Formats: sequence, C-alpha cells, structure tokens
Amino acid sequence: MLHLLHKPLEAQKPSRRTFLKMSAGAVGGLIIAAKMPNAAKAAAGADEFVQPFVHIRPDNTVVVLSKHLDKGQGTANGLATLVADELDASHEQIVLALAPSNPQLYANSLFGVQGTGGSTAIPNAFMQYRQAGAAAKAMVVSAAAKEWGVPAGEITISDGVVSHASGKSATLGELAGLAANEDVPAEPALKTPDQWVYIGKSFPRKDVKNKTVGAPNTYTIDFSREGMLTATVARSPRFGGTVKSFNAAEAKKVAGVVDIFQIPNGVAVVAESTWPAIKARDLLEIEWDDSAAETRSTDEMMTELKDMTTKSGLKVREDGDVDAALDASAKVMEIDYDFPFLAHGAMEPLDIVGEFDGETAQFWFGSQIPTIDHNVASTILGIPFEKVSINTLWAGGSFGRRAQGDAHPVSEISFLLKAMREAGMEPRPVKIVWTREDDMAGGYYRPMSAHKIKVGLDGDGNVTAVKYNIAAKSIIKGTAFEPMLMPNGVDHNMTEGASDTTYSFPMMNMDQAFQETPVPVLWWRSVGHTHTAYVMETMIDRIAKETGKDPVALRLELLKDDPRKTNVLKLAAEKAGWDTPLPEGRHRGVAVHKSFGSYVAEVVEISIREDDTVKVEKVVAAVDCGVPVNPDNIRAQVEGGIGYGLGAILRNQVTLSDGYVEETNFDTYESLRMSDMPEIEVHIVPSTDSPTGIGEPGTPPIGPAVANAIAAAKDKWITSLPFTKAGLV
Amino acid sequence: MSVTLKINGESRTLDADPDSPLLWALRDELGMTGTKFGCGIAACGACTVHWDGMPIRSCQTMVGDLEGAEITTIEGVNGKAAKAVQEAWNELDVPQCGYCQSGQIMAATALLAETSKPTDEDIDIAMDGNVCRCATYARIRKAIHAAADKMEA
Repeated sequence: MLHLLHKPLEAQKPSRRTFLKMSAGAVGGLIIAAKMPNAAKAAAGADEFVQPFVHIRPDNTVVVLSKHLDKGQGTANGLATLVADELDASHEQIVLALAPSNPQLYANSLFGVQGTGGSTAIPNAFMQYRQAGAAAKAMVVSAAAKEWGVPAGEITISDGVVSHASGKSATLGELAGLAANEDVPAEPALKTPDQWVYIGKSFPRKDVKNKTVGAPNTYTIDFSREGMLTATVARSPRFGGTVKSFNAAEAKKVAGVVDIFQIPNGVAVVAESTWPAIKARDLLEIEWDDSAAETRSTDEMMTELKDMTTKSGLKVREDGDVDAALDASAKVMEIDYDFPFLAHGAMEPLDIVGEFDGETAQFWFGSQIPTIDHNVASTILGIPFEKVSINTLWAGGSFGRRAQGDAHPVSEISFLLKAMREAGMEPRPVKIVWTREDDMAGGYYRPMSAHKIKVGLDGDGNVTAVKYNIAAKSIIKGTAFEPMLMPNGVDHNMTEGASDTTYSFPMMNMDQAFQETPVPVLWWRSVGHTHTAYVMETMIDRIAKETGKDPVALRLELLKDDPRKTNVLKLAAEKAGWDTPLPEGRHRGVAVHKSFGSYVAEVVEISIREDDTVKVEKVVAAVDCGVPVNPDNIRAQVEGGIGYGLGAILRNQVTLSDGYVEETNFDTYESLRMSDMPEIEVHIVPSTDSPTGIGEPGTPPIGPAVANAIAAAKDKWITSLPFTKAGLV
Repeated sequence: MSVTLKINGESRTLDADPDSPLLWALRDELGMTGTKFGCGIAACGACTVHWDGMPIRSCQTMVGDLEGAEITTIEGVNGKAAKAVQEAWNELDVPQCGYCQSGQIMAATALLAETSKPTDEDIDIAMDGNVCRCATYARIRKAIHAAADKMEA
C-alpha cells in the first residue's frame, strides 16, 4: 500500500505539487479546510448540521464521513469512534458514510492528497476527527446555552443527550439546526484520555449488519444506475501487449450485446447485463501485438534477479567497508532467498461504474486514491476537475490492489465512455466488471524478488557485519509517486524493514537493483515488509542456531536500543510460554517486526502431519500500535493480517510461462481456508503514544515465525517461497 | 427459454439463456445482489445459495436445470439457524470487508440446520469451500459455535 510515512534514510515530506503534476492535471489551491464550502452548507436542510466530517440530522442520526476508503479494515468505524467519543454521541445514532473525492476537504494529511494506504488512516486522522467531534460538541453546547439561557459551562452531553441541571434536555438531532449556525471553534477542547468513553474501549462495527443480510448497494458490483450497461474488457494476455486486430462478428451475435469498442488497452464488450458481456468476450478473435510484451517465464526473470544480487547496486544503506569486515570475520553465512509474484485476490474483483454526458462525469467505485482517479478522469475526458465526481463505495477487500498510481480502472472506463460517446451512443451509465481471471491474471502483483545476504560472525558468535543485496521491480519507479518517494533514486518501499532495522549490528550495507519488465507491480499488504521481515527474522534464527543461542534471547540482546520491540517480544514470549516445554509433536517459532510505526511479535506453534506437511496450530501475537483506538478491531486486523500472510507463505505464487499467467483463479492460486486457520491470541500493549496503523503490521512476522518453527522441527530452512515448493504444504 | 422456480418462497419466472448461471440471473434479472460473484468456477463460495436447503454454488448452477427448484438466497434466508448465525455474526463482529459473508452465512446456516452442535472438524468440512481473503475464519468458527449455543438455549 501507499507508504509515505516511512523514511529510513532521510526525511522526505510529500510534495503535493509534484504529486499532482505527475498524476495528470492539477487541482490548484489545495487547502485542508476546516469549514464546509458555503455551497454545501446552503444545500443542507435548515435543521441539519453539516460539517466536512460530521452531519447531524434532525432524525437524530449522526453521520460520520470517512475520508478513507473502507475495504474491510474498519477505518470508517474507527474514525466514527473518534467523533462519537468527542461529541458524546451514542453508538446507536452513529451512521457510517464514505466521503466523495474532494482534495480540499478530505486529503490524507500525510500524503497531501486524498488517499488511503500505508496503514495511515488512524495516524493521520486521529486528531482531525477528534477535533471534528469536539467542534461539533462545542457548537451544540453553545446553541443549547443560547436556547435555554443558561451558561454553556453547565451543559453536559452524555450518550447523545444534551442536558442541564435545570431539567432541560434535548437530543443532538433536535439541536442540529441551531448548532449549524454557531461558529466553528478553531481549537475545540479535546477530552483527556481518562474521559474517553469509546476510545480504547469498545465501539462495535456499524457496518456489520449490512454485511450479514446481503444489503443492496453496498459494493460497486451491486451498484446500479437507471439504464446502466455492463462491460467486460479483453486485455492483453501478455503484459505490455496491444491489440493488432480483432474480429467481433461472433461476439456481436450474443443476445444482450449492445456494442463492442476498441480502447487503448483492449477490446470492450458492452452489454445489457453481465452474463452476455462475459460470454461474448470469449467469442472475440483478437490478434495481439506482443512486440513490447513480457514473454519470459518467471524462472527466467528470477535468474536475472538472482544475478543482479551478485553485483553492486544502488546504495540504500552504507555503514562502512562491509567486504573488509566480512573478510576479517571468523565465519561468514551466505544465504539466498527468492519470493514470487503475489496477487492480492480481494474477494470483490475490480469494478467501476461511470457515466459521462459530454460535460460532466460521475464515477462510483472503491476509489483508494481519489485525487489521482479524479485527475485522470478529468484529463482523459477533457473536462474540468470540478465537472468530475467520484463517489466512494465500500470495497470488498483491497490489500493494496485498489491503490493504483496509474488509476487504470478509471482510465479504462473513461476511454470506454469517450468511445461510446464518439460512436454517437446516447449517454448511458456503464459498469466494467472484472472476472476473477481478469483480476488475478491482470498484474499489479507484489513484485518477485531475489535477496543475497552475508552475515559475518566473530569467534565468539557476535555479528560483525551484514551485507544485503536485493533485486526486484520497483513499485515506485516510473509512477506518479517517483518524484516524491525516490528523490535520490532509491526505492525505500523495496527495502523497508531491513535497511532501517533496529538490530544493533556493528555494520550493515544494503544495495538494491531494479528489474525492468512490463509486468505491473503494486503494494501488497505490508509492501517491502512482506519479504524483508522474512529475510531478517529467519536470518536471526539462523544466527541463533549457528551460535547456540535461544532465538528470543538473541533478539533481546540485539534489540537493546529498541524498547518497544523488546516489550512486544517479551510479551508474546511470555503469553506463549516460550520457556515451557511443548507437547510431543509441537514446535515453536518466533518473529518480531516493526512496520508502519507499529510493533508486532508473533510466536507460532506448529505440528507436522503424518504426511510430513505443516499445520500451524496457534499464533500468539503481541502488538504495540500506540493508543489502541478500537481494541477489538486491532485484534481483528491482526487475526486477518496473520491469515493473509500465512496463506501467501504456504502456497501462493503467480508464475508466468512464456509471459502468460499460469494461476488465474482460486483453483490454482489456493487461498487460505478455514481448516488452515490457526487459533490466534492477540495481546495489545496499553499505550499513550500516538496511534499507528494496524491494517498491515500483523502480516510481516507470520511467515518467518512459521519458517523458524519448521527449522526447529526439521532443521530445514526455507529460502524459496512459497512453502509448497519445499513439499511442506 | 423461461424457467419457473421458487426463490425465497415466491414463484418467479426467469427468462434467460438456459446455460446462464443462476448467480447472474439473481443479480441482474431479479436485482438480488446479496449473492456475490467471487470466482465463477465454484472455488470460493461467495455465491452460495440453498437449493432445497442444500448449499450450492450459484455461479455453476445453470438456469436451465432449475425448473421447479426451491432456491433460498441471503435476502430470504430465515429460520432458527439463520437467525442464530446472523446474530452471532453481529455479536462477534465477524465481517471485515464483508464481501464473502453472504456465502459464509448461507454455508453456516446449512451446516447448523443439518448438525445442530458441530465440532471443529464439522466446521472445517462444511466451511472449507468458502474463501475469506480477510481471513475472518477464527471468528466464523467462534460464531458458528455461538450460534449453536443460541439454538440450544
């Protein structure tokens, strides 16, 4: 996912100017405003309280608008928790909504543009949403004081009821219209942590009900407009291929097909409903021009990557003359690792609804970086930014997949809408549906990578130096993010979690090299940490094994300068009974990793089945993510993060043969399933530190913790992922 | 061709290609979008509905085979097991993105209607066909046990 928070070498503040320039078009005058524009205010009903993040309606509902996409991580509920607490609203009256694209109102304060990613939602919005709730409260109190003729200081709000000792009382809804006329306080008084009623306690998710009854209009795929058409797109089966020619005669014969259009990235079948669009697409005869396409196999690509790690690359971290230090060491351990492409596999395949009448355009989808999507649509359609609306819908998962720097779904549908218009079609809304195969074989993978690591040890078993070379395709290079995130040419997304390690090695150098390939790559839940945590944490266990030390004890020794990591490691070890004997046939492994500002330690317990395959039985996790806003959601995200990482480590890979994707659906890209899921315990460290993200940090430690347990059981180190390659799954 | 069947207790006539999947007839023809598209090859369970009470994958069930069938979808599922399952799902905050949960609930309801006190192994067998990419499995398991307790109470 977007990862702008984390700057291991030097601070780089996102430059929104560069960002916008690169994302096509310009917004101009970005201001993170505290007030609603007058036009929006005027549009609201007289009895309604309307501010950017909070609407209080006369029916006594309080709508909290999430500026972040909610794709399951619980962000909308988390932000509502903050507002409800400061406003003293009741849990019952809160309604969740997703804000539309509006960079002036809804920018991520860490990105400078509107966007969700890098586990930044709570960290960037913690104060903003509390202030929004506190401001609303101050305005309600002020209005009540005037209405009742009593001092504001004597008015209290509790569980959504505004009251005064005189016996006067009203609901928030009853006071909404009056409160709307009050000035927005610039610095409303915030509660102290001891006054919190929801933060750190409980605020059950408000989106659960809809998701258990199949409620309509929840997700993009369910969204419908009057007269809407449905389209599928035949895209090049090889990455980088283009349409040379096509014959749509047979496809056009399918009942329900409206028309077929060539667009820049393929051929679009537009139909009255989904099934004809899917069926007709199979009947298209397309000749592809593969002259610029990737035609290699992933084996060939991996050979290239491995070769790159044997040479010097771009310097990411350089402490000193690492080769000399290794030469002077009593022993040098050299380990090669390789990691495959991974698909995100969100349950809801990509989809988007759009309509364009020649002057204005509207879109509905799970937009993760609305500002880029907005700019791209405006540029392609040739209409001003203000004439484009992007309405954000709940997304059936993302794991990074919906945060595209190239805005390809909105780009594709904009070209289709333009083609429909140019063909003289009457304007009709259209939904582009991706099948699972489209989604899985469509690229934007976690990059495949090769790693070569050399660890020097002195005669007493102490680490002398670490040399770490990594090669992969850069997620950032060549995208809108490059000027902002790679000012010195280095891609920290690739090396995060290693180059910034807090293990106190006397010397560590890290080089990176970039593979060139048309296969598009993207952030995948926890980004660089998906591979660096695996390398670093299995490396530590190998050092422990080599030097006869206990894996937890060695980590504690090397983490003497990192008290928070030390703390979660100790907590997980204690809760898992690290020092207690295991039942026959069980084995433990541990890993600890910091990502996106949060610290997570995981101790796993595995068993080896009779057929020599591995079953992960139990995971005990300890988490420090600062103030735990919603503890139950933190537990849920860590449970899910562990499951997501475990599925990938066990058996997921996307491979290419002659450039064609071999795993195109869940039959060959086998997801984690119920019977694979371990029992999970999550322990949260109480904290008053600023909250940090939790959508991703549960994922990195699980792979190495399981690998370390396997090594403990079988003395076998797995360095080539996934585990299926080693016959262990 | 047209096929007449019962959906959620009501008689409906589908005017569709007999080779078209029930999933798309439900979603596009009848506007019942609670049943989700996940894979199209019966590998993920997101499209699970009941046919005479048995959980089936509507993406691989063709309209032409459904004359006279009784189909229940998430919009119409009710009864003791369904109610217990939905309550338990809410109490334990099971869903994350929620996209697979219609299918999970249909599978869990069918399990509990058949086996009122399922073991962990029963749950593994009944639920392994339903993928959740958010990996809410630990909570689904707990919620099925909780729903079983509710049904007993």
